Amino acid sequence: MTEDYNFPPERFDSIAQPLLDKIHKLGMHLFEKKGRKLKVMEVCGTHTVAYARSGITELVSEYFDLRSGPGCPICVTHQADIDRIISLARKEDSLIVTFGDMLRVPGSNSTLEKELARGRRIEICYSPLDAVDVAARNPSAKVILIGIGFETTAPAIAAAIESAESAQLTNFWVYPVLKLVPPALRALLDLDKNLSMDGFLLPGHVATILGSKAFEFIPGYGLPAVVTGFEHLDLLTGLHDLMLLIAENKAAVGNAYSHVAKPEGNITAQRLMEHCYTVEATTLWRGLGEISASGYSLQSRYDSFNARLNFKTEAHDGTINPLCICGKVITGRATPRQCQLFGRDCTPSTPVGPCMVSPEGACGAHYHYM
Amino acid sequence: MSEKNQLQDIIISSHGDGGLLTHRLLQEIFYPSFNNKWLQQEGDAAVLNLNGLRLAMTTDSFVISPLFFKGGDIGKLAVCGTVNDLVVSGAKPLWLSAAFILPTGMEQIDLKKIVKSMEETANGLKVPIVTGDTKVVDSGDRDNLFINTTGIGLVQPGICFHPRNIEPNDVVIVSGSVGDHGAAILAQRLQFDGNSSPASDCAPLVELSEKMKPFYDDIKVMRDPTRGGLATTLIELAVAGRIDLVLEEEAIPVKTEVSAVADILGVDPYYLASEGRAVLIARAAAGNRILKTLRSVAGAESSSIIGVVGEGEGAVYLRTRLGGTRRLKMLSGTPLPRIC
Repeated sequence: MTEDYNFPPERFDSIAQPLLDKIHKLGMHLFEKKGRKLKVMEVCGTHTVAYARSGITELVSEYFDLRSGPGCPICVTHQADIDRIISLARKEDSLIVTFGDMLRVPGSNSTLEKELARGRRIEICYSPLDAVDVAARNPSAKVILIGIGFETTAPAIAAAIESAESAQLTNFWVYPVLKLVPPALRALLDLDKNLSMDGFLLPGHVATILGSKAFEFIPGYGLPAVVTGFEHLDLLTGLHDLMLLIAENKAAVGNAYSHVAKPEGNITAQRLMEHCYTVEATTLWRGLGEISASGYSLQSRYDSFNARLNFKTEAHDGTINPLCICGKVITGRATPRQCQLFGRDCTPSTPVGPCMVSPEGACGAHYHYM
Repeated sequence: MSEKNQLQDIIISSHGDGGLLTHRLLQEIFYPSFNNKWLQQEGDAAVLNLNGLRLAMTTDSFVISPLFFKGGDIGKLAVCGTVNDLVVSGAKPLWLSAAFILPTGMEQIDLKKIVKSMEETANGLKVPIVTGDTKVVDSGDRDNLFINTTGIGLVQPGICFHPRNIEPNDVVIVSGSVGDHGAAILAQRLQFDGNSSPASDCAPLVELSEKMKPFYDDIKVMRDPTRGGLATTLIELAVAGRIDLVLEEEAIPVKTEVSAVADILGVDPYYLASEGRAVLIARAAAGNRILKTLRSVAGAESSSIIGVVGEGEGAVYLRTRLGGTRRLKMLSGTPLPRIC
């Protein structure tokens, strides 16, 4: 590639540039002091993409090893759950409503995209509330919303259930596969004491709902973490604040997104979730296994909306391709490019593991942006 | 049978996204059977020599939901799409055909509006629709209208647009903001229909191409970044021309409302289709004069030089606002709205 440009150098933002300079100076200092790169986990897939797309990942690559975490809902959904969702799609009269990135996730022997090609009824929604409209418009169909996501999506799914209830719909169900971020992080830290992370960049939108207080357990593991937003300046500030904590050897939770994420979070959303959901005793995560108190099911008052209780589903004993290392990738123990399948057998059009499916999955993000 | 083999058994929607699976269909099914020297040109239109004349011929099928969108409709799109494929091949469009596959249940008044829109667009360009066909299929979806248009044009004397002409130091120019059409369609499906929602840029490039006449010698290649957007078009050019491209994020025009829709859905505007933009690669010495002329064309006022050509093997790099560099990759898989 050429280094010969005729473009003016003003592309460097006047606020961002001094911050970048500081990060660079501090980064080189820490690199020399530690004799290695800083290993930091971006818990959330949206962060992986935002850092890569803005070019920051490349700019700090001399002294930062940024690892993707378990923060993409698709990546952590167990294959058995995918199978059950596919079996729902195959039922007579069923109409599945789902977010788009579920379509290509491979189950043991099919995907929703293939079921769609075979004539099953599957609609993509942009908001869970759309599913309620779909149910109202299709009274003869059994409309099942795939309730997948983290704390960021859970309130909208709760709102959809409440809306279906007040509309007295009898053809609307939710198949809950909702997961919780803090217990997964705790499990990650318990699972691998030698994770050798230097710190965490925490998802600003999860903290907006739960409050930064939900992450206060991290310093108990002797590690710093910073709640970080998603715009250029947020991304840089988050990195910078985390480096300061690392430099001071200070295990604490910083908040570089305090203009949006408050310590106590969004109380209205929390109440809505408490009203609709109950925390399951254990939940099965791909890559992390069973984690106690890490997923939501519906409160018993919503039993009639719970697709798990009202439909018989089946999971196949499908073998996961033994070469797929999605589990290691989302726990920070491997990078996507260390996988033999990456970019050859496993691409976003032909994903082997779920991390390749969503552009915000750990492998998908690396494929598209790095 | 492995998951991968099964995926190849049936046609799934990703086969139509212009990415990896589309490419595989072409390589494994179509090219082996239809192989000939004209098809091998792999341009937007085939250039056919006939008694000393160079004719350009192209065909395209249109299917879009919703049929009517902000900035256009499937009829206008079907005329502009084919006309633009001729124009960016350096041809003056002469004739069009139009074939309709109508779904049962479709309102006749909608069909009338669409046909009227085709008439107005084609008449405005003085390109008559000279032949056509109609079929009806039983379909569960009354929006399931298919329109195929074929266009024939005359390649202007002296023009030889081809990626192999691209050389290091050439400049990359785009004739306006990118991703407008793709964002408009997504926004409409999302039911964002306020004043601030994006509008499709769907428009013919005939006038723009006329104005480029004085620069035909300086222009190496011209394309319209439709399916797969700016990124896919430029990657295809870089691969075909065996050069690298380095783009400046700051210089690529993207409308605020387009970025907003792309952000909400987690898609990249550089991969969203434009339906009324041209991408040109031209000699650097003529870059500023071409730019000035382009900006005088209605609809191309925000034209911009967005990058330069370097030596290489087909990579496209983007220098970000913050000064980082990332490689733009071939789209793989239809961009799907994400969960969180």
